[in-house]
Amino acid sequence: MKDQLDRIIDATRRGMMSRREFIGRTTAMGISAGLASALYGRAARAQEPKKGGILRIGMAGGESTNSLDPALAASEVPFQVNLTWGETLVDVAPDGSIEYRIAEEVSSSPDAKEWKFKIRQGVEFHDGKTLTAEDVVATLKRHTDEKSQSGALGIVQGIADMKAEGDMVTLTLASANADLPFLMADYHLVIQPGGGVDNPTAGIGAGAFMVDVNEPGVRHTFKRFENYWDAGNVHLDGTEFYVMNDNTARTAALQSGQVHVINRVDPKIVGLLQGAAGLKIRSAAGRGHYVFIMHVDKAPFDNNDLRMALKYSINRQEMVEKILGGLGSIGNDFPINKAYPLFDETIEQREYDAAKAAEFYAKSGHDGSPIILRTAPGAFPGAVDAANLFAASAKAAGIPLEIKLEPDDGYWTNVWNVEPFCASYWGGRPVQDQMYSTAYLSTADWNDTKFKNAKFDELLMAARGELDQTKRKQEYSEMAHILRDEGGLILPMFNDFVCGVSDQVQGWIDDPNGELMNGRASAKCWLA
Amino acid sequence: MGVRIHPLLKLVIQRLALGLLLLLVVSAVIFLGVEALPGDTAQAILGQSATPQALANLREQMGLNDPPLTRYFDWLGGVLTGDLGKSLTNGADIAQAIGQRLGNTLFLAACAAVISVPLALILGLIAARYAGKWPDKVISAITLTTISLPEFVAAYFVIYLLTQVIPLFQPVAMVFPGMSFGAKLHAVALPVIVLVMVVLAHMMRMTRAAILNVMQSAYIETAELKGVRPMQIIWRHAFPNAIAPIVSVVVLNLAYLVVGVVVVEVVFGYNALGQFLVDHVTKRDLPVVQAVGLVFAGVYIMLNILADVIAIFANPRLRHPK
Repeated sequence: MKDQLDRIIDATRRGMMSRREFIGRTTAMGISAGLASALYGRAARAQEPKKGGILRIGMAGGESTNSLDPALAASEVPFQVNLTWGETLVDVAPDGSIEYRIAEEVSSSPDAKEWKFKIRQGVEFHDGKTLTAEDVVATLKRHTDEKSQSGALGIVQGIADMKAEGDMVTLTLASANADLPFLMADYHLVIQPGGGVDNPTAGIGAGAFMVDVNEPGVRHTFKRFENYWDAGNVHLDGTEFYVMNDNTARTAALQSGQVHVINRVDPKIVGLLQGAAGLKIRSAAGRGHYVFIMHVDKAPFDNNDLRMALKYSINRQEMVEKILGGLGSIGNDFPINKAYPLFDETIEQREYDAAKAAEFYAKSGHDGSPIILRTAPGAFPGAVDAANLFAASAKAAGIPLEIKLEPDDGYWTNVWNVEPFCASYWGGRPVQDQMYSTAYLSTADWNDTKFKNAKFDELLMAARGELDQTKRKQEYSEMAHILRDEGGLILPMFNDFVCGVSDQVQGWIDDPNGELMNGRASAKCWLA
Repeated sequence: MGVRIHPLLKLVIQRLALGLLLLLVVSAVIFLGVEALPGDTAQAILGQSATPQALANLREQMGLNDPPLTRYFDWLGGVLTGDLGKSLTNGADIAQAIGQRLGNTLFLAACAAVISVPLALILGLIAARYAGKWPDKVISAITLTTISLPEFVAAYFVIYLLTQVIPLFQPVAMVFPGMSFGAKLHAVALPVIVLVMVVLAHMMRMTRAAILNVMQSAYIETAELKGVRPMQIIWRHAFPNAIAPIVSVVVLNLAYLVVGVVVVEVVFGYNALGQFLVDHVTKRDLPVVQAVGLVFAGVYIMLNILADVIAIFANPRLRHPK
């Protein structure tokens, strides 16, 4: 019983258990309600944030070619770094709701075409300047600029007009979009003084921490910004990111206490680490997914029966277990899962069915020549193993799937979006509209399955401007069905974000929006 | 009659000139090699998430639309005037970035060399002294085992042993300006151990072989008959005549310690030139790749010239040409 009680107290201390649940569980163990209440008080007090200390984070996903210009951020370390020194208009909270940051109020016209963001007063940049509505507009303008290389270009392109008046920023859209606030939470769109036009790589923002040392590919260290508008909720004196791309060294660094937190724990060793003393494996079910993509406009994948045959011949459960070590969930051939708002849970789950696959394969009339699937170790972690599992389960259905191994180097240039069938991954987006518009709309830049469906496009546009949530959910559900039954996407699994966290780190929250608490670990955690 | 230059000096100058010429050829080869890599810089920088518009903008901004020959000569001109340009990917000044990283590379190489070179020579002398007996066999067995391990395996092994089993050191070795010398030494301990394991055998074996070779000579026999002690013979009479082959192997290993340790750097996250180079190759950052390639080639050529010169000085026949 002692163990059980310790576990409950530990969970409470970590803020994972409410008073009601605590008392319920402890009284069930035969402890009197009075004692339970006192125990809760003690456990919860330990949870009170402690001030000070420096958090050290070891990360995969950094290169010496990284820059502090938020527009150019494309990998995991720059994502974290941007959100450490920068602040966005709004954040997406772990529960999927909008959390106000620089904007303290957001409202839209009934047609969802005109959006007003009320800018918080008295927010200060690291250089002492006060943040104004003009800074916000200048920042968005820089990412919209045709000459810009911003990763957020696709997001802000739809803004036809932006203006700043007093403390109000008004954005007028070319076409209605009910999800605009979610788009403003994008990590590229941290507000910079003057929009960062003069010096995009200055690393001056309005975030919780100030850049101290910036050595791309090696380390990024930060000091607490005393004049942060929300400084009361920041507990650390500073935070340090160390780039550790080697899995073994990164894991050893966590175990030996060189760092407090690491990202991307290798699924193969999660089982071993779970038993290690002084640390916990935290996994958050996210929106990222691993995929096999077929170009629906190229033979033999222009035949929907063949596509269906392949979709039925993949063993999703096996992949989640073997590739993700169980830390993930099965996919259903459309890029949305329950981490998204307005997800339709009633859509039937597609399972491995060799008989059905064989049936579709026969119906497709494929000539029996090998179907080439291209993959590379870097397509996603475990991509080569996953492709081999796929080939094996397809073989059982009589489908001649053949693996062609490609080098990592140049994969995204020479194979992805070029060859008709290959392995790839997506990081997911905060809302359905953004995911679909990024890769499945006929005109999307990254339409990597070459999927063009007029009905689908029409539904997407209708849902985008729809403020009635019931109707909108219905439209998204219909789109999911179309993509699932006609698209070129084979989506076997959604991967979790898996981190290793030392027991010294308190206040950790599993956030489905992004790795390491969606970039807010330093701003929200404290050290025991 | 022209000015008479000492033939030795002439030889050194010749070698230097040859080295410079070689460097120029190397720069062209590196350029061609990088050009031949599949994929282009803009796509590599922006990755999977690149929009066509962003790609076009970046290509234009980086001057990737100019013909290759123009870009090569522009760059070469810059190098000769001491301007290595700016990194295409993050706009950092290349000379400055390389300077810092090169310092770290040399620090790691120096630490490994200070331990491995004397150790290899001493072990080689001992092995030669007891050739065929048990000390020779033990030394050979151990060093051959360590050289046979792939570097990353050796690295994982020492990480496991010295951070998990006996928590003495840190698995990730990074050094920063402002760290004390002692702290730096502590940080690089693991990579140094691995590098010593890797380079020791080669130098030790060469020392042993070269000395045993000289030991066959008649004058050694004379010394033995005179009653000189075996260690004395090796140290005073055999070793000086075995220097040339030993030096060339030592220098080869020093060059390896500077330019060839990228696997070790990556495993330990050591912030030196090798990892820096790999990152920039991945992103097709041509100016950086070329600059680092040139630095590596320069180090390699310089060390080889040094080996030549030492060999010449050590050889009386070359030192006093007729």
